[in-house]
Amino acid sequence: MSDVLSIAPRKPLLEVRNLVTEFPLRKGVFTAVKDLSFSIEAGKTLCVVGESGSGKSVTARSILQIVDAPGRIASGSILLNQADGSSIDLARLNPRGKQIRDIRGRDIAMIFQEPMSSLSPVHTVGDQIMEALRLHMNMSKAAAREEAVNLLRQVEIPNPNQAVDRYAFQYSGGMRQRAMIAMALACKPKLLIADEPTTALDVTTQAEILDLIARLQKSTGMAVLFITHDMGVVAQIADNVLVMHHGVAKEYGTVEQIFHSPQDPYTKMLIGSVLKLEQKAEIRLKRPPLDTTAKPILEVRNLVQHFGPVKALNDVSISLLPGETLGIVGESGSGKTTMGRAIMRLYDPTGGEMLYRKADGNVIDLAKIKGEELKAARRELRMVFQDPFGSLNPRMTVAQVIGEPLLVNGIARGKELDERVCHLMEQVGLDPAGRERYPHAFSGGQRQRIGIARAITLKPRIIVADEATSALDVSVRFQVLDLLMRLQDELKLAYIFISHDIGVIRYMCDRVGVMYRGQLVEVGEAEKVCTAPDHPYTQALLSAIPRPDPRDRDRSRRFRYTETTPIKNGSSAR
Amino acid sequence: MADIAITSVQPDRAAIASQWQLIWWAFKRHRLAMISLFVTIAMYIVALVPGFFAINDPTAQNARATFYPPQGIHFIDTTNGFSLGLFYYPLKLTRDPQTLAAIYKEDTTKKVPLALFGRGYEYSVLGLFTSDIHLIATTDKTKPLFLFGADRLGRDVYSRVVQGAQISLSIGLVGVFISLLLGIVLGGISGYYGGKLDFVMQRVIDFVLSLPTIPIWLALAAALPQNWPATLQYMMITIILSFTGWAQLARVVRGRFLSLRTEEFVSAARLDGVSEGRIIFRHMLPSFSSHIIASVTLAVPAMILAETSLSFLGLGLQPPTISWGVLLREAQNIRSIATAPWLFMPGVAVVIAVMALNLLGDGLRDAADPYNK
Amino acid sequence: MLRFIAKRLFWMIPSLFAVSFLAFVLIQLPPGDYVTTYIATLAASNEVIDQNTAAQLRERFGLDQPMIIQYIKWMWGIITRGDFGMSFEWQQPVSGLIWERMALTLALAIASLIATWAIALPIGVFSAVRKYSIGDYAFTVFSFLGLSIPSFLLALVLMYVAAVEFGQDVGGLFSHEYEAAPWSIAKMIDLMKHIWLPVIILAVSSTASLIRVMRANMLDELPKPYVTTARAKGLSEFRLLVKYPMRIALNPFISTIAWLLPNLISGSVVVAIVLNLPTAAPLLLQSLMAQDMYLAGAFVLLICALTLIGSLISDVLLALVDPRIRLE
Repeated sequence: MSDVLSIAPRKPLLEVRNLVTEFPLRKGVFTAVKDLSFSIEAGKTLCVVGESGSGKSVTARSILQIVDAPGRIASGSILLNQADGSSIDLARLNPRGKQIRDIRGRDIAMIFQEPMSSLSPVHTVGDQIMEALRLHMNMSKAAAREEAVNLLRQVEIPNPNQAVDRYAFQYSGGMRQRAMIAMALACKPKLLIADEPTTALDVTTQAEILDLIARLQKSTGMAVLFITHDMGVVAQIADNVLVMHHGVAKEYGTVEQIFHSPQDPYTKMLIGSVLKLEQKAEIRLKRPPLDTTAKPILEVRNLVQHFGPVKALNDVSISLLPGETLGIVGESGSGKTTMGRAIMRLYDPTGGEMLYRKADGNVIDLAKIKGEELKAARRELRMVFQDPFGSLNPRMTVAQVIGEPLLVNGIARGKELDERVCHLMEQVGLDPAGRERYPHAFSGGQRQRIGIARAITLKPRIIVADEATSALDVSVRFQVLDLLMRLQDELKLAYIFISHDIGVIRYMCDRVGVMYRGQLVEVGEAEKVCTAPDHPYTQALLSAIPRPDPRDRDRSRRFRYTETTPIKNGSSAR
Repeated sequence: MADIAITSVQPDRAAIASQWQLIWWAFKRHRLAMISLFVTIAMYIVALVPGFFAINDPTAQNARATFYPPQGIHFIDTTNGFSLGLFYYPLKLTRDPQTLAAIYKEDTTKKVPLALFGRGYEYSVLGLFTSDIHLIATTDKTKPLFLFGADRLGRDVYSRVVQGAQISLSIGLVGVFISLLLGIVLGGISGYYGGKLDFVMQRVIDFVLSLPTIPIWLALAAALPQNWPATLQYMMITIILSFTGWAQLARVVRGRFLSLRTEEFVSAARLDGVSEGRIIFRHMLPSFSSHIIASVTLAVPAMILAETSLSFLGLGLQPPTISWGVLLREAQNIRSIATAPWLFMPGVAVVIAVMALNLLGDGLRDAADPYNK
Repeated sequence: MLRFIAKRLFWMIPSLFAVSFLAFVLIQLPPGDYVTTYIATLAASNEVIDQNTAAQLRERFGLDQPMIIQYIKWMWGIITRGDFGMSFEWQQPVSGLIWERMALTLALAIASLIATWAIALPIGVFSAVRKYSIGDYAFTVFSFLGLSIPSFLLALVLMYVAAVEFGQDVGGLFSHEYEAAPWSIAKMIDLMKHIWLPVIILAVSSTASLIRVMRANMLDELPKPYVTTARAKGLSEFRLLVKYPMRIALNPFISTIAWLLPNLISGSVVVAIVLNLPTAAPLLLQSLMAQDMYLAGAFVLLICALTLIGSLISDVLLALVDPRIRLE
C-alpha cells in the first residue's frame, strides 16, 4: 500500500459551461454573452477583464440570474457544487423562485460598482446588512444587529456601533464600498462576485479595498469573481484571468500566462496598451529637449478659488513653458479640475494672478480681463473636456460644432468654413464625409477627436485638457494621447494636461504638478515625480497604483498619506 | 494622415437625423399619441372654420323644435330597392295617448337629401370674408336636420358644439400662450441668473402653485362686468386663467435652464466665444424647446377645462357667446337633462378634446428627449 | 428636524400675509361695492335710495375709507379677535357663517385625498411593475379618461344616472331632516351616507393624475442599482418591491399633497355648487356675486390658507420619511 492518498481532483466551486445570455430587442436579439465557459475554484480569484460592452458585467449577473430586464439566459449551464458533493444548475432555476433566492446572498453574494446608488438612500446601512442575516440565517433582530456591528468592524469602519445606524449618504465613497462588502459577507458566502467595485474610487481607496477583499478572502476561504477593466488590478489580485471582448472569451488562463505569454491578439493589444503607459511615449522621446530658458507662456501666481466656504484652490502657483506639456495630477476633490476651469475663466478667481504672455510679448492677467479682451484670450487658450458625450451639443452636426468658433469669431463662413472644417477633421483623424452627422453617431474616442478638432480650430497656443482620456477604453486612450502629442508638435502647442492617472501623465507630460486638497504639493520633471517623488503624498499615491505585472505584488510598500504636519501655509481645505 | 478613425461613412438615416426627426420617429411609435395628434388637428381645423362644418345657424331659435331629439344620417336607401345616397328622414311627432309624452319617430316616407358643399346660412370666416357653403347642407330648409338634437329654445346642439369649439379650443391656446410668455420670461430670468433673484422667484412660484385656482378665478371673474363685449370678456378670461397658469411653466423653464447651465456643451460654447444671446437661442433653447412644447400641450387641456368650469358656473363667458362651458349651462338643470340627455354633447366634446390633447402631450413628453434613453 | 420645521413655519408668515392681501384685493376688484349692488337690488323692486342714505350706508360699513386702511382694519380684527367682519348680505358676523362650512369643505377634501391615495398608490405600482401589460393599458386609459372629464360634468352625469335610473336625488351632504339639526352621531352617519358621491367625483380626476405620478416614480426607481442589490441579497420580488423602490417612490408621492390639496379644494368648489353641498363653495359664489366682500374675502383667505398648510404638512412629512432631507 502506498502511503500517498490518492486525492480525487477537487470539483471547482462554480462551473459555467457554454453560457449564452440574450437581450430581446425591438428588432432582433442582442447576444451579450456568447458561448462562455469558465470555472472558479474555492479560495481563488478569477478576474474577468474587458473593455466597455464586452459582456463582463452581464456574465456576472447571469450567475445569480439578476440580468436586467429583458435579458435572459438562453442556453448553457452554471453548476454550483455544494459541500456535500451535490450540484445545482443555476441556469435552470426560475429567476424568481425560492431556490435561486436561497443561493443569492447566502452562497453567492455580490458587490457593485457604484456603492452610493447600490445602497438604499432611505434605509440605514445597518438595516440593509441585517436584512440578509435575518433572511438567510433566521437571526433575531438583536442578534442580527450585533452581527452587523461585527461585520462593520471587520471591514474596518470606525465606530461601528454608531455607523450601523447611519445612512449611506453619510458615509464617504470608500466607506460605502466597505459597507457593501460587509453586507455581501454577512452570510459568509462561498463566492463573492465583485462587479468593478473599485472603478468609482480613488486609487488610494482602491488599494485599501483590494487589500480588504484579499484579507477577507484569506480568512474565510471564499472564492472571488472580480470584474474589471483595469489590467493593473488584474495583475495584482487574480489567480486566473478570463479576457472578454464583445461577449466572447478571447483568452482564459492563469494570470502569469496572460501577462507574460499572451496568445490572443486582443489580449496582446490590451496588455500592450497598458504597458505602453508604463513609460514615456516614443513621440516624446524623439522630440528635441524643450528650451527651459524661454519665458513662460503662462504663469499662475497664488491662485485662490473659493466656492462659498469650500476652498477649492488655495494659493496655487505654477508656470507653463511654450511647447511644454504640464501635467496636473491628483485625486477627486484635489482641485485639479477647478484649476483648469479657473484658467479658462469659467470661474472668476477669488484671488491671485494668471499671467499670459501673448505672441507679441505683451503680458495680460487672465484673472482680471473681461469682455472683448477675455474673448480674444479664449481664442488662444482652448479646452478639451472630460466627457465626450456631454461636451458636444447633441443637436448640432459635427460640422456645426467644429465650425462654431470660426463662425462666431467671424473668421470663416460658407464654403471657406466648410473647407476649414474638412481640413480640421482630417487633422484629428476623422473622415470629413461624416461632418453632417450628429454626435450621437460617433463612438467615445471619435467624439473626443471632435472635441480636439474644436479646440484647435482657432489656432490656439495653449490647450487645457481636463481628464481628456479618462472616459475612454485603454485601447482607444493612447490613440487619443498620441494624436494630442502629434498635434502639439505640428501646431506648437503648450498643454495643461489634467488627469488622475499617473500612467497617462508619465506617458505624455514633461513636467507634472501634484495636487492635494486644493494645493500643489509637488512640481517637478514628470519622470522624477513619477518614479522618485519627494513629497510623502506623491509617494503614497504612487505606492497605491496597481502595477500591471503579476510578479510584482509587493503590498508592503503601500501606505496611506495622512496629513501629520500641516503642509505649507497652514490652512488646507478641510 | 496617421490614422483615420472613421474609415468609411455609411449613409445612416439616424446619423444625420436632426433632433426633430428623432423626436418624430420616437413619437410615431406611440400609437395612441398619433391618433390623438390627428384628432387634435381635426378639431382645430373645425375650430378655425366652424361655420363650414355647422349645419344650422347656431343662434337660430326654432319654437317648434324644442328638445328635438338627435337624428341620424342615412347612406343606404332600401325603401325602393337599393340605392346609395346621403339623406335623412324628418321626425314625426306623436303623443302617447295615455301620458301625452312626446314621441318622435322617423318618417321614412319623406326622404330629405343632403348636399355636400351645399348652401346654407351665411357665416364669417375668421372675420375676413363671408360664405354660405357648408360641408353638408339640407336641401329642404323647412325640415332642419338636428344631428345632436335641439335645446330648450330649439337651437341645433350639433352646430352649437361645432361653433363652441372655436372659443373653447382657442381660449386654451391663447391662455397658454400668455402663460408661456410669462413663464419663459420669469422662469428664464430665474434659471439663467440664479442667486437671490432665483430664490425670490422660487418662493413666488411656490406660492402661486399652492393657491387653489378655482376660488381665485371665481373672485377674479366675478370682478368682470357682465355687460362687457364678448371679445373683451374673452381676453379677460384668458388673462385670468394665465394668472395662475404661468407658474407651472415657469418652473419647467427654470428647471431646464438650471440643468442646461451646467451642461458641458454650454461651457464649451462660452469658451468658443459664443455670445450670451447665441448661447441662449442656438444652444439652450433648442435643447428644451421640445420639453416646452410637451408642457404646453399638457397645459392647454387644463385651460380648456378651466374655461368650461368657469363658464358653466356663470362666471366665465356669457351668452350669447358660444363656448362649450356656456353650452353646458343648459345641462345644469337635472330636469332638462332628464328629458334631453343630448344636452351633454358639449361635455362629450370637452372630454374628447381634453383627452386627445393630454395623450398628445404625454406622447410628446416621452419623445421629447431623444438623446437620453 | 425642529429647525427645519421652524424655518418652514417662518416661511408661512409672509405667504399668509400675501394670501390675505391677495384675497382682499380680489374682492375689492369689482367696480362698485356692496352698496352699489344693494341699491341695484332695491331699484329692481322700485325702491330708490338717495345719495345721502348711500353715503351713510358706506360710512357704516367702512366702505368710504381707502383700501389699505380697510385691509389693515380687517386684518387687525382677524388677528386679535378672530373677527372676519360683517356679512352685509346676512347682517351677521362672517365667522358665524363660515366655520361649519369650512369644516365640511376640509372634511370633503381630506376624505377625497385619502380615497385618492388609497386607489392611486397600488394601481400606480402595479402599472409600473407590469409595464405594458393589459392591466397597465387599462389603467392608463382609465387615468386619461379621468383626467379629461371635468368634475362638474361627472357630477352631472352621476346625478342624471341616479335620477333617471334609480329615481334618487343625490345632492347635498345631509338628508332633509338633518340639515338644520345639531351635530349628533346620527347626523355623522347621515353625512357618511352622502359624502361618498362627491368624494368619488373628486377622487376620479386626482386619482387619474396621481396614478401617472406614481407609475412614473416607480419606473424611475425600478432600474436603480439598489434594487439589484436587494435582489442579489435573495429577497423575494414582492418584499424587495415594497421595501425599496416603492418606499423611495413614495417620497415624491408625498410631496404631491402640496398640489393635490389645492386641486381637490378647487375641484370641490365646482362640484359643491353642482351638487348643492353645504360647503364653502356655494356661499362663496353667492357672496362674490353680491359683492359681500368680507364674507367672500374670509372664504378666499381660509381656502388659500388651507392649501398653504397642506403644503407645509407635505414638506414636514417628506422630511420625516426622507433622511436625506432630514439630516442635511
